[in-house]
Amino acid sequence: MGRTLYDRIWDAHAVASGPGGRTLLAMDRHLVHEGSFHAFEALRASGRAVRRPDLTFAVPDHYVPTRARERDPITHPELKDKVDTLAANARRERIAIFPVGDVRQGIVHVVGPEQGITQPGLTLVCGDSHTATHGALGALAFGIGASEVAHVLATQALWQAKSRTMRVLVEGVLPEGVFAKDIILALIARIGAQGGTGTTLEYAGSAIRSLSIEGRMTVCNMSIEAGARAGLVAPDDATFGYLHGLPYAPREDEWEAALAHWRTLRSDDDAAFDAEVALEAGELEPMATWGTSPEHGAGITGVVPDPANEPDASRRESLGKALRYMDLAPGRRLEGIPIQRVFIGSCTNSRLEDLRAAARVVRGRKAVVPALVVPGSGLVKRAAEAEGLDRIFIEAGFDWRDAGCSMCVGMNGDLVEPGERCASTSNRNFEGRQGKGARTHLMSPAMAAAAAVTGTIADVRKLLDER
Amino acid sequence: MKPFTTLTAVAVPFDLVNCDTDRIVPARFLRQPRSAGYQNFLFHDLREADRDFVLDRPAYRGARILVAAENFGCGSSREAAVWALAGAGLAAWIAPSFGDIFLENSFKNGIAALVLPATRVTALREQLAASPGAQVTIDLPAQTVRFPDGSLEPFDVDAFRKACLLEGVDEIDLTLKHEGAITAWEARRGAQMPWLARRPD
Repeated sequence: MGRTLYDRIWDAHAVASGPGGRTLLAMDRHLVHEGSFHAFEALRASGRAVRRPDLTFAVPDHYVPTRARERDPITHPELKDKVDTLAANARRERIAIFPVGDVRQGIVHVVGPEQGITQPGLTLVCGDSHTATHGALGALAFGIGASEVAHVLATQALWQAKSRTMRVLVEGVLPEGVFAKDIILALIARIGAQGGTGTTLEYAGSAIRSLSIEGRMTVCNMSIEAGARAGLVAPDDATFGYLHGLPYAPREDEWEAALAHWRTLRSDDDAAFDAEVALEAGELEPMATWGTSPEHGAGITGVVPDPANEPDASRRESLGKALRYMDLAPGRRLEGIPIQRVFIGSCTNSRLEDLRAAARVVRGRKAVVPALVVPGSGLVKRAAEAEGLDRIFIEAGFDWRDAGCSMCVGMNGDLVEPGERCASTSNRNFEGRQGKGARTHLMSPAMAAAAAVTGTIADVRKLLDER
Repeated sequence: MKPFTTLTAVAVPFDLVNCDTDRIVPARFLRQPRSAGYQNFLFHDLREADRDFVLDRPAYRGARILVAAENFGCGSSREAAVWALAGAGLAAWIAPSFGDIFLENSFKNGIAALVLPATRVTALREQLAASPGAQVTIDLPAQTVRFPDGSLEPFDVDAFRKACLLEGVDEIDLTLKHEGAITAWEARRGAQMPWLARRPD
């Protein structure tokens, strides 16, 4: 029986066996952000030091203001305190940091790959559930809580039980107007918010191969929204091309050795997965969510479902609550639902390709609702400006900001107002996620752009047709 | 860490499917230090909107066991969700399934997070709703839960997590017993991939 990619990475990092069949797994990379302050405090309280500061990287993202005049220096005292605390911890522990004011600063899951810190076959952890993003490059990457962050800081390892595996096969060609975000929203709608619990997902098939590394990151990013801590794509020439020449990637004299190793990182043809699920790319539509779980998604031609059709009582009641919160009636068509705000950004969709897809829809049109574009890093912002995307957004009336997590989670004060409906390229439509009482509809950057210029949840394919 | 062995206590039913950790502790409270008492933020916005929130009903006062629905604690990795529940006096939770990171965070804080079959968890919630204030017993060594109606339900628990709970193990101490193996692994890794530990600037 062959081995999966997950097996290969696991085996290469197994340091010791522990009680109950647990394995002590070595960690190649540890990324920290402002929220890691609890773990640094715990570490200090226990009198321990960071074992491998050279493998630990810090970047502020959650609390960083995105308006230039509030950023450097940060004017809000509580936000400043969180960002300063990260900088102080990095300095004390001799950890590399990409601080506010450095063009490399951005969302941790954008910065890691962009700097070449994320590489195929590595183990990578971060105290953030969207760490699965890095799996797009063939790294085994997963989110951890504060206790585990402290554990990795102290030991550069974690006790892990092997997960089950699921192969997600996406074959075919994505239609015009359908993107990586639609693949992952369709998958979550299919298998549910707990369909991948206890599982590592491996995304495969021709449609995944055809995605850029950025698109693969969008897919892997939301693995956790299907319940899976980790999502993987086997590295290929696109991955190697992406990494070549990045600051933390192997040097020229090391490159061939690295490549030889990276090319072994795939699942064998006869590898067995615990589960398989298949999606046909050609059948996908642009997706939007209508409820308060990422599993509450449908194609743009779809309707809000009727909770009465749900046989399970607690699911029925929860669905009813979701629709009351969202102020949507069963049977309502998704297309045409009025929205009051648009957010383009987050670790899911804030990379150059995302901004290009949105700009393509926006060009020559005007936003009719307040709309925010927050690039994933200073480097993404600079690259977007170099090709004039900022002008397209600004001329259309969008707010063009600096890098950070921003309105995905609102911790920096970028919030959706109570009762407002927001078309968002982020990853979670939870109650209150974007602000108390905020109503979130998840979608791709192109769909969010279409929402901004129409003031409704719109079928982006129609806007692209008008071109 | 305080060991967990058996617990007999009032249990509170919580019916919401896919209850995410943003709902357990909204993000705007995460900037607070732990000394602020995360129990003060527990289900903050749900409670504010619902004057009859189940945890606030007098019959469930002093509950130490939460009986939840599918996929409890999904979403964000914030360990504050566990701190808030534990800070409110809860010491164990039972559900048909949990978010993976929340489950891990629970055990790291000495909390028994137990998975029972969905039909049995539904039955348990129904019993607790019908007899508010009824008690449930968790016996970790025997791996059973006694329902208010007297029925005994066995559960599976990962042997590692069970041992850590029973003994109140500090996992970092356990790991550091393998420091030699970690150092040897690191030396091999460093030789194979010298660029991993190198800074470009």
